[in-house]
Amino acid sequence: MSVSAVFVLDLKGKVLICRNYKGDVDMSEIDHFFPILMQQEEEGLLNPVLSHGSVYFMWIKHSNLYSHALSKRGTSSYSDCLCVCVYQVFTEYFKELEEESIQDNFVVVYELLDELMDFGFPQTTDSKILQEYITQEGNKLEVAKTKVPTTVTNAVSWRSEGIKYKKNEVFIDVIESINVLVNANGSVMSSDIVGSIKLKTMLSGMPELRLGLNDRVLFALTGRDKGKTVAMEDVKFHQCVRLSRFESDRTISFIPPDGESELMSYRINTHVKPLIWIESVIEKFSHSRVEIMVKAKGQFKKQSVANNVEVRVPVPSDADSPKFKTSTGHAKYVPEKNLVVWTIKSFPGGKEFLMRAHFGLPSVENDELEGKPPITVKFEIPYFTVSGIQVRYMKIIEKSGYQALPWVRYITQSGDYQLRTNT
Amino acid sequence: MTDSKYFTTTKKGEIFELKAELNSDKKEKKKEAVKKVIASMTVGKDVSALFPDVVNCMQTDNLELKKLVYLYLMNYAKSQPDMAIMAVNTFVKDCEDPNPLIRALAVRTMGCIRVDKITEYLCEPLRKCLKDEDPYVRKTAAVCVAKLHDINAQLVEDQGFLDTLKDLISDSNPMVVANAVAALSEIAESHPNSNLLDLNPQSINKLLTALNECTEWGQIFILDCLANYTPRDDRESQSICERVTPRLSHANSAVVLSAVKVLMKFMEMLPKDLDYYGTLLKKLAPPLVTLLSAEPELQYVALRNINLIVQKRPEILKHEMKVFFVKYNDPIYVKLEKLDIMIRLASQANIAQVLAELKEYATEVDVDFVRKAVRAIGRCAIKVEQSAERCVSTLLDLIQTKVNYVVQEAIVVIKDIFRKYPNKYESVIATLCENLDSLDEPEARAAMIWIVGEYAERIDNADELLESFLEGFHDESTQVQLQLLTAIVKLFLKKPTETQELVQQVLSLATQDSDNPDLRDRGYIYWRLLSTDPVAAKEVVLAEKPLISEETDLIEPTLLDELICHIGTLASVYHKPPSAFVEGSRGVQHKRLPARAGSGESTESPDVGQSVGGADAPPAVIPSQGDLLGDLLNLDLAPPATTVPAVPASMQMGAMDLLGGGLDSLMGDESETHNIHQRMESPSPQSLSEYSHPELGGDIGGSPAIGAGMGAPPAVMPASLNAAVGGGLGDLFDLGGGVGMPTGAFIPPKTLWLPAMKAKGLEISGTFARRSGVLQMDLSLTNKALSVMSDFAIQFNRNSFGLAPAGPLQVLTPLTPNQTIDVALPLSTVGPIMKMEPLTNLQVAVKNNIDVFYFSCQYPISILFVEDGKMDRQVFLATWKDIPNDNEAQFQIKDCHLNSDAATNKLQSSNIFTIAKRTVDGQDMLYQSIKLTNGIWILAELRVQAGSPNYVLSVKCRASEVSQFVYQCYELVLKN
Repeated sequence: MSVSAVFVLDLKGKVLICRNYKGDVDMSEIDHFFPILMQQEEEGLLNPVLSHGSVYFMWIKHSNLYSHALSKRGTSSYSDCLCVCVYQVFTEYFKELEEESIQDNFVVVYELLDELMDFGFPQTTDSKILQEYITQEGNKLEVAKTKVPTTVTNAVSWRSEGIKYKKNEVFIDVIESINVLVNANGSVMSSDIVGSIKLKTMLSGMPELRLGLNDRVLFALTGRDKGKTVAMEDVKFHQCVRLSRFESDRTISFIPPDGESELMSYRINTHVKPLIWIESVIEKFSHSRVEIMVKAKGQFKKQSVANNVEVRVPVPSDADSPKFKTSTGHAKYVPEKNLVVWTIKSFPGGKEFLMRAHFGLPSVENDELEGKPPITVKFEIPYFTVSGIQVRYMKIIEKSGYQALPWVRYITQSGDYQLRTNT
Repeated sequence: MTDSKYFTTTKKGEIFELKAELNSDKKEKKKEAVKKVIASMTVGKDVSALFPDVVNCMQTDNLELKKLVYLYLMNYAKSQPDMAIMAVNTFVKDCEDPNPLIRALAVRTMGCIRVDKITEYLCEPLRKCLKDEDPYVRKTAAVCVAKLHDINAQLVEDQGFLDTLKDLISDSNPMVVANAVAALSEIAESHPNSNLLDLNPQSINKLLTALNECTEWGQIFILDCLANYTPRDDRESQSICERVTPRLSHANSAVVLSAVKVLMKFMEMLPKDLDYYGTLLKKLAPPLVTLLSAEPELQYVALRNINLIVQKRPEILKHEMKVFFVKYNDPIYVKLEKLDIMIRLASQANIAQVLAELKEYATEVDVDFVRKAVRAIGRCAIKVEQSAERCVSTLLDLIQTKVNYVVQEAIVVIKDIFRKYPNKYESVIATLCENLDSLDEPEARAAMIWIVGEYAERIDNADELLESFLEGFHDESTQVQLQLLTAIVKLFLKKPTETQELVQQVLSLATQDSDNPDLRDRGYIYWRLLSTDPVAAKEVVLAEKPLISEETDLIEPTLLDELICHIGTLASVYHKPPSAFVEGSRGVQHKRLPARAGSGESTESPDVGQSVGGADAPPAVIPSQGDLLGDLLNLDLAPPATTVPAVPASMQMGAMDLLGGGLDSLMGDESETHNIHQRMESPSPQSLSEYSHPELGGDIGGSPAIGAGMGAPPAVMPASLNAAVGGGLGDLFDLGGGVGMPTGAFIPPKTLWLPAMKAKGLEISGTFARRSGVLQMDLSLTNKALSVMSDFAIQFNRNSFGLAPAGPLQVLTPLTPNQTIDVALPLSTVGPIMKMEPLTNLQVAVKNNIDVFYFSCQYPISILFVEDGKMDRQVFLATWKDIPNDNEAQFQIKDCHLNSDAATNKLQSSNIFTIAKRTVDGQDMLYQSIKLTNGIWILAELRVQAGSPNYVLSVKCRASEVSQFVYQCYELVLKN
């Protein structure tokens, strides 16, 4: 059921900090982790759950730290989830999670580990709440001040009481990421939209909010049928949203956490036309050169503009002497990533641009087999959502009866946007 | 200034310095010192010498300092138990501090100090804290009960903490409820039978209410706990499902997985025609798909779980194939899992897309991934018949790439395709043969050789091809050697005239020059077959092969059901039963899916298999490459089970006895033994002289290796083949096989059935035995009277299995006083039947010249186990599924020190046949079948944990009343 111990290791496998929760595992077991990791990596069998004897390591790696949950028995695999949470909490505390930041703050880290879990049962992993009673400057604590914030055990564990703002406002960001996988022959293999509604709440007291979207299921329920509706495949909510309420009548009602938070995310599985369409011809003449021709087309409304478009085209690792020609924007060779990055600051809808690149190849062939990395595209289109989702209203009710303003912003951006190439 | 400076003090006399600082009067200095101590502790330095000094700092009103001291205590209390007592007072005091944070901290820390002396002092503060006014303290105290239980279970029970904990389930604060549930579940794990969590509709209702309000982790505790509940009927099941479904929209993927687990489990109880059932199926797909947009590590966990769900209920994700398409930047472990799921979801509807993708993957650079992709194409061909042709042509395209490992992998899967669709795609053989030289992996070589041997008649230069392999025979791996041997024998049987030399060469290589017992034995078998009866050899070696089944590496249904109950745990990630993670001493709860209420079917997995796979037969499990020998032999030798003539019991005597054990363990399939054996017993000399080649015969005689191995002079062989073959082969197996020959079935010692004083001086003791398929009652008759006894006769009352004497009681001479005579009475099982209580009770009447005496005795059920009780693997799986779970009985066999192989041999000698063996994490699972004389099949699963003397036996039989007796029989056989 539960986690026996948590470790944070540096890249060489040295233990930076650890916390034994249950005492049923020998803490020296961690010494086995690194050799196993190395061995499995070599064999190409690496996966996020490793075992040594009867001990299981669930680990994740970020930048240059490994963080771990270690367990002896049939642990829930939420441990991996937990590692991610631990990581998130640490990052919120220390901004960058690095070897130094752990050492610099080891007292706080111990305190955090103490609150995050008890006897291996995860307890509170919400960093906002933790920050209320475990502060960075631990020594500032005075006896009078240290009370358990009611939020820790409250039904509303994500918002403290007594918050005050002069001006009550909510900023709503609707961000949609487009994931596309296009085959080499130009057919769209899979595409979906992952949307996310983010809030920046600056509201006093304990406001009760209700968010209205043009949700197809809701409109079908209420029998209204005005304008465009959106069918969301799967919706995930922040824990503040009353799930049973949503389940029964699709109402999104909640008491928001203070400050920034992700209220909900959704997935739409409809077939989306790739907003930026790429046609590429990559011709490789062994021992002499590579010719690349890339055509990018904006397949969205003329009024809209895609910003900061980046088309990343893979080139062989042994290519040299790049030459470029672009109809707009500029191209750059990034040898350490074996990429040509073609940047277009502003890309209006319906337009078409061209980029040609020429590389030399050494006469001695590279023995190593190279993969076929796809072309990837990054972009951002403001004031527009592909799915057509709209915030119809945001009702804010607080017992003091203040008026608050909701602000809405829409952005569409690239997610996992891959186009396979022929070579 | 940051804390990192504390790590950098490495001066000499550090401990001493710290000691001084700890005892300083200045608060700041003290705190600095404690920080230094903790820093040293963190980097692994031993600072336990400072124990008293650190403990002295404990009484402080600085929370941060207190936490550090507590941390120190947790680390070192165990090594300094006596000194730890010093801290108790402060703990007790802190538990009454006005600040709830400190109260909680104290109770939390005390629980972590695993020192017996301290735990005694913990009880009172803990009791108070469990009733604390602050929920934060209560929730911490709830967990502390679990900690205490881990240290001293008895204490917790005696102090009544369990009841208090149960009361907390009704606490007003959801966080407290969640922790109480978590603590109780943890405690219940070590008491599998205690009814700690006493789940009933009322408590479930409370939990479901708390579910809506507690934190994400608390929701997981509650959902996991809910999953252990078995609803009374489908209505309750549905209402729980309805209240759990909203959790699918939670942002935390662990919550989603736990909710999926509950739904998957309770769905089992819903009638399929219910509208809600369909709705639920639809609701499950989107959250599962969304899990795939999480971090790669979480994706991996999700994929492993989805793999299980897809096997159990493929209909949920059948339209979601696309989301499993592999992305270039997926980590390899995600790629491989996705591929696996793609194959499971492949159907006629989406096969074109899947194949296009697989072909794309096969041109990637990651070797493991490419191999798996190629293999996947083969599996698609086998699974979706309509796509076979497309798959084959895709594979041919890939072979044209000449990328070494792609070619090899392709050949291995094409072999499987040949086995699934014989005589359909042989036109590609020519292409395959072109690549012969590039094959350097044993599996690919073996596959290619198999193809050449199997289609020898269509390959003009088959003999040349095989001969080329023969040159380096001894450098090949066993797999290839065995395959080569078989292939050449096949070739010989198909083209006897041109290939004599070749076959002789391979036989002598296999028998004389090899020290691999498997190879040698197979060589001898072929040699013997060829020399005695080539017709039989043809029938055996070239027998029609059973088609391979379409689904590979499915998880066995019982295991799958258990794993479904553990979605979201390590078990579901490793696809191993949870018992594999628990140390031997700890009791394991087996979780089962609940049975569907109302409707007759007990499990519905067969339906699922049908509706999706489109096949009539339930999907069967093909053993993976691990079972190499069995596999290869099955490939070559296994005739379809149905064509095996039933061998009458009487024929199995004699040579059979000698052969039985050896051949069985060698070949892994009893039906083959019968077939071969029967042929061997009745060879006609004519056919021998007609077919056998003089050189070959001479070779056998002349070969010193064989001469020695056979034990009997070779010259005898043509004369009295019948006896000599049996004897010779028996010896052969004894000598060369290295296979332990079972010494025969266990016969319990005689027991006194009829004391002399009850029968006017006649004392009868006896036992039952099964010898070579014949049931016998062994009797010792003793005359303890003063006069001679004569005219013995015996009769049985009707009994459960129709046992009856098959002949008269043979007491030929009168029994003189004080004389004992041993008689063996043959028994038949065709007598009148009446169910007895107990089942194996037998009432016997014995008559002599003095009077008629009655007694009753019990026979071991093992005498009813017939010799042809070996079930086909596929039939076994189907039957296992078919028998309702209610009929399964589980037993523990304690103190048995055999390893699984020894146990297999022992059981085999009592006609308990092991059909398959699977090893999971040091635990061997033996799947066994038994057939009773009246045709009842008994299926059993025996779990043997290496190093543990306790076995777990699960018995499944339609007539569940026999299970108990089967268990007794296992006990008897294994322990004697």
